[in-house]
Amino acid sequence: MLYFIYDNTFDGLLTCVFDAFNRREFPEKIVGENIQLPLFTESFQVITDETKSDRVLKALRGKISKSALDMLFIDYLSELEGIEMILFRYIRKTLISKFSIEMNFADPDVLELSKIYRKVTREEERVRQFVRFQKTADGVFFAIMDPIYNVLPLSVRFFQNRFADQPWIIYDVRRKYGLYYDLKSVETVQFDPLDVSFETGKLSAGKLDDYESAFQDLWKDYLKAITIQERKNLRLQRQFMPKRFWKYLVEKN
Amino acid sequence: MNPKVFDKLKTLAEAAKYDVSCASSGTTRNNPGKNLGTAAGWGICHSFTEDGRCVSLLKIMLTNHCIYDCGYCMNRRSNDIPRSTFSVSELVELTIEFYRRNYIEGLFLSSGIVRNADYTMERMVRVAKDLRLVHKYNGYIHLKSIPGASRELIAEAGMYADRLSCNIEMPSEESLRIIAPDKDYQSVYRPMHYIQQGFLQSAEDKKKYRHAPRFAPAGQSTQMIIGATPDDDNRILHLADALYQRPAMKRVYYSGYIHINTYDTRLPALPTPPLVRENRLYQADWLMRFYQFKVDEIVDEKHTHLDLEIDPKLAWALRHPENFPVNIHTADYETILRIPGIGVKSATLIVSSRRFGRLTSEHLKKMGVVMKRARYFITCNELQAFTVQEVGTEYVRRALIAPPKKKKDERQLILNFE
Repeated sequence: MLYFIYDNTFDGLLTCVFDAFNRREFPEKIVGENIQLPLFTESFQVITDETKSDRVLKALRGKISKSALDMLFIDYLSELEGIEMILFRYIRKTLISKFSIEMNFADPDVLELSKIYRKVTREEERVRQFVRFQKTADGVFFAIMDPIYNVLPLSVRFFQNRFADQPWIIYDVRRKYGLYYDLKSVETVQFDPLDVSFETGKLSAGKLDDYESAFQDLWKDYLKAITIQERKNLRLQRQFMPKRFWKYLVEKN
Repeated sequence: MNPKVFDKLKTLAEAAKYDVSCASSGTTRNNPGKNLGTAAGWGICHSFTEDGRCVSLLKIMLTNHCIYDCGYCMNRRSNDIPRSTFSVSELVELTIEFYRRNYIEGLFLSSGIVRNADYTMERMVRVAKDLRLVHKYNGYIHLKSIPGASRELIAEAGMYADRLSCNIEMPSEESLRIIAPDKDYQSVYRPMHYIQQGFLQSAEDKKKYRHAPRFAPAGQSTQMIIGATPDDDNRILHLADALYQRPAMKRVYYSGYIHINTYDTRLPALPTPPLVRENRLYQADWLMRFYQFKVDEIVDEKHTHLDLEIDPKLAWALRHPENFPVNIHTADYETILRIPGIGVKSATLIVSSRRFGRLTSEHLKKMGVVMKRARYFITCNELQAFTVQEVGTEYVRRALIAPPKKKKDERQLILNFE
């Protein structure tokens, strides 16, 4: 068994591809640096090198469409276990094939990646749907999210474009980083937010804008009033709005 | 903030809740001026109520005072309910503040009719105008156009709104005359026609001048109440089809009738809203819009009602078994789309994958084809037996109707005292 060890970056994964072709040695598994290897495994430490990853990217660009290339990166953001090997096999097949395999959904890796792509973009859509900003006393709009995939990087442009005239922060609890928009640009910031409850996503009352709780109440009242009792269907509600998002929704806690 | 806003919001949201439309799709608008808001093309649902309906827009009435007395409506003149009216500034503030918190995609404003159609319409247009011009709001706006509103006001509304809508409410003019004596088809179709003209005019201008103002870029929609009148599905779907032929008409909504005004004997006292029928109508609507079906293939003089037990696509397939089985390796996209159990997504996947090699039933299953249905209607390499030709339509029908779900609590001891 040959293991490749890489540094958990997309460039690192592409360097794995380069090194594998270069050494004519293809790994059985690709794992991150902090993983404990099983006994009696051969391993090779891949050192991320941008010139190498750029060459792989360039070769891919000649073979597959731009949307397929974007898909590879988005699949990588899923952070699913074993995603490295699926991507590795896909890239390898693409590089040695005469024509693009991207439309061959009978290939298990192509189909799997297209399914993961759908899952990740779906999660990103849910971030757009279910982010709930709270206005703080200093005028910043703060939201907290817990997405299963690392999708905040994908929604930067959307939020920056939509809320261009208000400063905002969206914080990813699971990965402990946030996006901060200061009316000019969006920055990724690592921090441990104080004054916020990770159970409910609520900021402590002293930090809130004077009218914030009033608007939250208005929103709750609105949703209650708009419900048609004769058509009550809680299963349908949960299907569209899975329970795992409820903890940070204003209307649900 | 005025504490009365709480009461107003409750009353006026409640008054608007029976309007089905909530779509925020159809417009893509960026925010180059770095103000507030964008429109996202597909639309985004921000929450879901307990009845499972999406909440995308702040769906609300400007007022629920009304001079009309329509039988199906909660806000009719003769009902004794709390009435209130938003001021323009209250409504604008609510919209902006909800929007800033990512609660909503935009505003869907409707209104009861006060004084006359134009007076009401003008106030509604003022809200949209304020949002757009004073607050530089860039999000979605859907305005209801009041039946009987003038051409000038519709033209102004179209400048600020993304979508305009005018509800037909009843699938035939006779029904409308009986149940809503204040309205007639003329008063509904005329604004609809103005919207269509404005839409086409703006498309024409756009060809000549790049910066020609847009007119209701997301087109118009309308809504019909289902099950309040004896009109059959044949009538309803043909009307919907005729509406879809109009260039600006994007959606027709079907709303299962809920018996609100129990004292009104002109309307049937349905114990529950006709949800299954409503669902079948939406399925038929989808067949017309995305599956390239013609309305006559779904309903006609002989089949005036949609089958409530099976969906309209399966019903069509069982009426026309001569078209099956379909070979998924040779059939064209349109034919594959008509196979029960195969949707737009899986049909696209099949057509693009089959160039690389033979597809087996295992492949199809992984692509999302519902084999339980599709197996009676397709052939690929291996599946030969038991298509609809061999087993007959009656067998397929029985096999695919889900048996009624029985919920039995095993822990409960049942004692028969007889």
